Amino acid sequence: MKKVIMGNHALSYGAMLSRAQVIPAYPITPQTQVVELLSEMCASKTLDAKFIKVESEHSAMASCISASAAGARTFTATSAQGLALMHEMLHWASGGRHPVVLGNINRAMAPGWSIWTDQNDSLSERDTGWMQFYCSSNQEVLDSVIQAYKVGEALMIPAMVILDAFALSHTYEVVEIPEQDKVDAFLPPFKPEIRLTPDDPHAFGGLTGPEHYFELRYKLQKDMEKAPALIEGTGLEFERLFGRRLGLVDEYKCGDADLLFVSSGTAGYTANVAVDLLRDEGIKAGNLRMRVVRPFPFETVRRILGKAKKAAVVDRNISYGHHGIFYQEVKSALYGVKKAPPVFGYITGLGGRDITPDTFKEIAAHALAKDGPDEEIVWIGVKR
Amino acid sequence: MKKDKKMTLTLPAEELMSPGHLACQGCGATLAMRYMLKALGQRTVLCIPACCWAVIDGPYPYSCLDAPIYHCAFETAASTATGVKAGLEMTGDTETTVVAWAGDGGTFDIGIQALSGAAERNDDIIYVCYDNEAYMNTGIQRSSATPYGAWTTTTPVKHFKDRPKKDIVAIMAAHRIPYIATASVSHPEDFVKKMKKAKAIKGTRFFHVFAPCPTGWKSRPDDSVKLARLAVQNAYFPLFEIEDGEKVTINLKLKEKKPVADYIRLQGRFRHLSEAHIAAIQDEVDARWARLLKSC
Repeated sequence: MKKVIMGNHALSYGAMLSRAQVIPAYPITPQTQVVELLSEMCASKTLDAKFIKVESEHSAMASCISASAAGARTFTATSAQGLALMHEMLHWASGGRHPVVLGNINRAMAPGWSIWTDQNDSLSERDTGWMQFYCSSNQEVLDSVIQAYKVGEALMIPAMVILDAFALSHTYEVVEIPEQDKVDAFLPPFKPEIRLTPDDPHAFGGLTGPEHYFELRYKLQKDMEKAPALIEGTGLEFERLFGRRLGLVDEYKCGDADLLFVSSGTAGYTANVAVDLLRDEGIKAGNLRMRVVRPFPFETVRRILGKAKKAAVVDRNISYGHHGIFYQEVKSALYGVKKAPPVFGYITGLGGRDITPDTFKEIAAHALAKDGPDEEIVWIGVKR
Repeated sequence: MKKDKKMTLTLPAEELMSPGHLACQGCGATLAMRYMLKALGQRTVLCIPACCWAVIDGPYPYSCLDAPIYHCAFETAASTATGVKAGLEMTGDTETTVVAWAGDGGTFDIGIQALSGAAERNDDIIYVCYDNEAYMNTGIQRSSATPYGAWTTTTPVKHFKDRPKKDIVAIMAAHRIPYIATASVSHPEDFVKKMKKAKAIKGTRFFHVFAPCPTGWKSRPDDSVKLARLAVQNAYFPLFEIEDGEKVTINLKLKEKKPVADYIRLQGRFRHLSEAHIAAIQDEVDARWARLLKSC
């Protein structure tokens, strides 16, 4: 069934179709519609789940974690300040190996108060041991939620499905809502091997000395290393059932590109439009949209960028005192790669300033005029 | 010749706590756990945040309890318990009792927000605060449960705690939850009886348990039960319950209150107090007791 829905509701439908069982949630702009619809679904029994109206995001994640430990599939959604408040519990979810799925609406961090998009909220949580999926359409949001459960529960690693504030969260698009029985066939019920129950009493997360802790983290990384192949495999399995494919990255005219954009989120879709406009002007541009940032798809990025003549990484985020976060990641992936292209780093669109095809054309003009980067950050669209 | 006296057990014989734990000598919190589990039985899940009990239970991979434990973040005892209850119910277990088991720091201070949230929603959990009146696990720093006059490592003798203990029971009563009780490790029968009563009630149930700490109070380990008993007998920590935020029942009525000085003088943490300070504490205890009697 096709429906015209907003990005936020794509998250709600994703959670509903995945049969989330416990949904502790706290409202924050621009996430509210996600949990409003879920609360409605729970109240009307469209979804057999417990909706817990917690008093903070910190408690939302704490309740997700413990409900997951008890063996329930859990979902919550938040944004910016809410995600930052969860920070401690994000480590807890991954460290405790609880495959919670969280929808995060990318919103700029205060102060000054901003409700508009950038990626500094979720990228600040890059190192918490969560998988991160950045989306560029409402369909991708819905499909990503279902696949995040599948991959997350196989590895016992939590996952974030991420979408831009307003540019996606409040934008209505046509979305194919998969049939429940097909989703059930794709995603079986959550059955963790060990769970919190008096039938088989265990102490979870007790004091762990230097003789044990290190191995727990080693195992988390080893399982995270399995994620890229599993994400690709799950994407193929999903495609067979639903006809839509999602992978680690989204390639657009990368094969013969002289200039390759590296982009993410809705800007990653705008980049495709810019690629076509540039090609009309005779410039062979391409776009590599990063869908998965954790685990970082090293092999895929090396394979695709290794063939490009130049790469322009577009960051809607910044690591103060360093540079754009995708820029760091891409450069690090290319270290030691023979014939790696010159990689330029651009920062644009912070706090929800528009990123348009013209932004990408400006970036292309800059990158094409130089042999290689002569500064760490090129600012696009900033008033100086 | 006198008849043989028959001894009867006044507490359930079942032991869900083994002796191989890591508590200090004379630890009140350890007795409190043992009595609670006797009352609740094995079908209990415990949510334990950072507190002495995070250590007492034993390091990974050991546990001295025969009930499952989720060790949770400091401020999340209540929200963790809420999640466990929801998770168990959604997977078909509606019988298991879920307990948040936190110290005074995790309850009066850092965990009060989550506790208030769970209580306002009337989540179906038992929240137990074992109160040893300071951050004992981190080495005796003051909490908002530390009483007036006490020394701690952050309220040194030259600037001892100059504010009264927060009235957590009044705060919880203001949430109008179905059941609140105070309990003391000196009165296990009363504790077990009230815990069994609480088990049968649905909604948020709150226990404030007095748990002496010889390490932090600078008292003799073999005085712990005596100190707890004195605190009940002098109305420093009276035993009572509140139903639906309103109906107050005093479980141990005091015909004559013992003086608080006897209790104060057994503890090194109050050593610096003058007679005038102790008189002020006595006045405060008298006023609280009068308020409690009036509320019945």
